[in-house]
Amino acid sequence: MNDLTLKIENLSAGFFTDRGYVPAVDSVSLQIPKGQVVGIVGESGCGKSMLARSVMGILKYSGRITGGSIRLCGQELVGMPEKKLRALRGKDMAMVFQEPMTSLNPVVPVGKQVREALLLHEKMDRKAAKQEVLRIFERVGISEPEKRYNSYPHQLSGGLRQRIMIAMAMVCKPKLLIADEPTTALDVTIEAQILQLMRQLSKETGMSILMISHNLGVIAQMCDQVYVMYAGKIVEKADVNTLFADCTHPYTKGLMGSVIDLKENPPRLPAIGGMVPNLLHLPEGCAFAPRCPYASARCQKERPSLLPIAQGHECRCFERGLG
Amino acid sequence: MSTLKSIGKRILGSLPVLVGVILVIFLMLRILPGNAIVTMMGEHVNEANIARMTAELGLDQPWYVQFWVYLKGLFTGDMGTSLKYHKPVSDLIATYFPTTVRLAAYAAVVAWVVGIFCGVISAVRKDKLVDRLFMGFSLLGVSVPVFMTAMVLQYFFAYQLKWFPLQGTTQGFLSYVLPAIALGWNSAGSVARLTRSTLLEVMQSDYIDTARAKGRGVAGSVLFHALRNAMIPVITVMAMQISSLLSGAVITETIFSLPGIGRLCIDAISGRDVPLLQGSVIFTTLLVIGGNLVADCLYAALDPRIRKEA
Amino acid sequence: MKKEAQILSEALASQLGESETLWAQLRRMAKQNKLAVASAVLLILLLLAAVFAPVLTPYDAVTGDTANRLQSPSAAHWLGTDEMGRDVLTRLLYGARISLAVGVIPTLVSLALGVALGMTAGFLGGKIDYIIMRFADVMLAFPSLLLAMVIMYTLGGGVVNIFLALALVGWASVARVVRSETISLKESEYVEAARSMGVSSWNIMLRHILPNCLPSLIVLFTLNIPSAILSESSLSFLGIGVQLPNSSWGLMVNMGRQFLYDAPWISLAPSVAIMLVVLSCNFLGDGLRDVLDPHLKRG
Repeated sequence: MNDLTLKIENLSAGFFTDRGYVPAVDSVSLQIPKGQVVGIVGESGCGKSMLARSVMGILKYSGRITGGSIRLCGQELVGMPEKKLRALRGKDMAMVFQEPMTSLNPVVPVGKQVREALLLHEKMDRKAAKQEVLRIFERVGISEPEKRYNSYPHQLSGGLRQRIMIAMAMVCKPKLLIADEPTTALDVTIEAQILQLMRQLSKETGMSILMISHNLGVIAQMCDQVYVMYAGKIVEKADVNTLFADCTHPYTKGLMGSVIDLKENPPRLPAIGGMVPNLLHLPEGCAFAPRCPYASARCQKERPSLLPIAQGHECRCFERGLG
Repeated sequence: MSTLKSIGKRILGSLPVLVGVILVIFLMLRILPGNAIVTMMGEHVNEANIARMTAELGLDQPWYVQFWVYLKGLFTGDMGTSLKYHKPVSDLIATYFPTTVRLAAYAAVVAWVVGIFCGVISAVRKDKLVDRLFMGFSLLGVSVPVFMTAMVLQYFFAYQLKWFPLQGTTQGFLSYVLPAIALGWNSAGSVARLTRSTLLEVMQSDYIDTARAKGRGVAGSVLFHALRNAMIPVITVMAMQISSLLSGAVITETIFSLPGIGRLCIDAISGRDVPLLQGSVIFTTLLVIGGNLVADCLYAALDPRIRKEA
Repeated sequence: MKKEAQILSEALASQLGESETLWAQLRRMAKQNKLAVASAVLLILLLLAAVFAPVLTPYDAVTGDTANRLQSPSAAHWLGTDEMGRDVLTRLLYGARISLAVGVIPTLVSLALGVALGMTAGFLGGKIDYIIMRFADVMLAFPSLLLAMVIMYTLGGGVVNIFLALALVGWASVARVVRSETISLKESEYVEAARSMGVSSWNIMLRHILPNCLPSLIVLFTLNIPSAILSESSLSFLGIGVQLPNSSWGLMVNMGRQFLYDAPWISLAPSVAIMLVVLSCNFLGDGLRDVLDPHLKRG
C-alpha cells in the first residue's frame, strides 16, 4: 500500500448556500498508485473540480470538506493545519488549471510566476532559481526560454500559456500533479502536444497524475485507471482498457455514445437526454435514474451502491448486467 | 521602450480637453458683459470711462478674438490682471497656490494610505468585526459633508482641546492637520470601499487559485498577486479624487481660513473679479488634468496590457 | 458587497433558468438588505415631514421670537433656537423641502440629459460621438464644485439656478455610462435581430436599449442624489447657493457658523440631517446596485 501516491477514502465536500447544503462530492474513494495516471470523467458540475480542489485544499466560496480522508504519500491532508498544507502545495502536489489565460496573473512576467514556486519551496537565490526556471521551460518545450521569461501572459499563445502552467506545476518536482481540464481551452493539435508532454513528464519523473476531463478522448489517451463521476458520486471505476471495451454503467455508455458510434450494436444509445441533476434536489433513488433508458421501478426508489463486478472493475447500478 | 513617446501621446491627447476647459470658462464668464468694468471703476462710472476701459481691456472685440488673445497670454503665463487686487493674476495664484497644494497633498496622503489600508484589511477579514468597523467608517466618510467634519474637528480639537490652531497657517504643519483630515476622510472612504470590493473580486480570480496551488498563503496571494491587479481601478478613482479634493479644499480653506486657491475663488466671486476667477478655476483644472495624466502613466506601469496598446 | 452564499444561490438560480423581473429583484433586495429598507423608509418619512411641515410644527420658519434667541435644545425646542429665536427643527423641516428638491430635480434633469446625449453618442458613433464625449471630458475635468461656482456666478444665486448648475455639472458622468452600455447593447444579437427586421433606430433605442440601461440608471439616480445634496449644501454654505429668505440645510449651516462656539446646534442639526439623508441614499443605492447591476462600481 505504500506505493500509493494518493489515497482518498469516503471524501465528502460541498457548498453551504442560502438554499441549503450542496453535496458536490459524496463519499468518493479513489487511489492513485505511484507513476500512474488516473482519470476522472464526467459532465461539468458533477463534482470533479471540487474533488481536485479538495485535494489541494483550495476550495472556492463557501466550500468545505465535510468528511473522509485524503492521504498524500501516507500523510493525512484533511484537518492538516493550513501552514503545513501550504508547504505541500506546489511542492509535493501541484495543479494545472483549465483556463491558462485567467490562471496566470496578467501583470507579472510569466518567468517570475514560475520562479515564485521555487522561491517559496526551495532554498535557492533568485539567480539560481531563474536558471532552474529556464531549464524547466526548455523541458516543457518552450522555445527561446530567455525571451519568454520576461513575457506577459497576454503576449503568449494559449498553448504556450498552458506550457507555462505545466512548468510552474513541475518546477518543484511534485509527486502528484492534478490537471483540471488542462486542454479544454486549447485547440486539438495543441491539446495533443500538451497531453503528450504531460504523459512523458510523468514517465520520466515517476510523478502521478490525477487527470480531470469531460472528454473521453483525452482520458483514453492519457490514463491507466478511470473513475466515472456523476452527481458527486463515483458511478464506475475500471482500468482504461476495460472501460472502453466493456463499460457497464448506463451513464458511462451514454458518455461513450456521445463520442464514438457503437457501430451496428443495437440498441444504439442516443446522446444522454435530460439535464444534469440539481444537487440541491437529488432524486430519491439513483441520481441518474431520471435520464437512464434502463431505469426500473427500483432505481426510482433506492440508491445503488458501488459494487465490484470484475477484478478492478466497480459499478454503481442495479441493472449492471445490461448491455 | 517608447515610454517617453507614449507619455507625449497622452499629453497630446488631453490638449483638446485643455482648450475646451479654457473655452467653457471663458465663455461662461463672458455671458454678462460690462459688469466687470462697472465693478472696477467703482464711483468713477460714466459712459466715457466705460468705453475707454472696454477698449483698453479688448472687450469690444468679438469673443473669439478675445479668446485667442487670452489663450496666447496663458501660454506666456499672462492671465490678466485682478480687478480687486490690481495685481497680475499669475502672481496671486503663485502666492496662494502652495497652500492649496500642501493641503490637498496631505489630505491625499491621509485618504490614500488610510483608504487602501482599511480596504485591504476589510477585504481580507471580510464580514469580521474589523471589516464592519472600517466599512462603517468609510461609508460615514463618504456621507458626511466636508464642512461638517471640518467644523466638528475645529470645535473639539482646536476650540475645546486647543491641540491645533483654530485658523490660518501660522503653525506650519500643525495648521494643516485638521483641514487635511476633514478633507481626506471623504476620499479615504471611497478608496477604502473600492479597494475592498475590487480586491474581493480579484481574490476570486483564477490566478489567485494558481498562487494558492503554488503554496502561497492567503496573505501572500493578496500581497503579491491580488493587490497589484486590484490597484488598477483604484488608481483611476484616486485620479478622479484629485478633482474632488480640490473642490473640497475650497470649503476647508474657508473654514480654517487658509490662504489657498479656494479662498481666492471665493474672493473673486464676492469681488466680481472675472480675471481672477477665470485664472484660478482654469489653473485648478489644469492641476486636475495634470494629475489624470500622471495616473494614466501609473496605470500603464501597473498594467502591461495597456502598455502594449499605448 | 454580496455574500458568497448569495452569489452561489444566484448562480444556481441562473443555472436553473430562473430569471427575475425588476420587481422581483427589488423584493429580493428588500428581503436581504434590511438597511436599504430602513433607509428608504427614513427618506419617505422625511419627505412627508417636509411636505406636512406646517401641520407638524407650531412655530413659524421665518419670523423668530427674539426673546428666545440661541436657546439650547429643550422640550419646547427639540433642536434649540437660532440667532433670531426661530425653532431649528421647524427650519430644518422647511429647509428639507429645498434640500430634497435639490437632490431629486437636478439629478433627474442630468439623468435625462445624460441619457439623451450618451445614447446619441453611443448609437451614432463617429464625429457626433467624438464631439459629445470630448465635451463630457471637458465637463468632467473641472472640479465639480468650482464649475458649479462659476455657473452660479454667471447665473446668480437662487434655487432654480442651483437646479440648472447641478444638472449641467452632473450629466457628463451619466452620459459616459449610458454611452458604454449603448455601445455594448448595440452589438448584441437581439438588437442585430431587431435591425435585420427593419426596426428603426429610434425604436431600437427606445424599446431595446433604454430598458436595458434602466437598472444602471436607477442605481445612478440613487447614488447621484446624495452628491447633488452635498453640492447644494456646499454652495449654500459658501453663500453662493440658496439665497434668503429661502432656506436650505447648507444655508442654515452657513448662518449658524458664526455662533458655532456658543450655539453649535444651529449648524450641527442641519449637518446631521444632510449626513443622514446622504447615508440613507448611499445604503439604498448600494442595495439597489447589488441586486440590479453588480458591474457598476463606485468608490
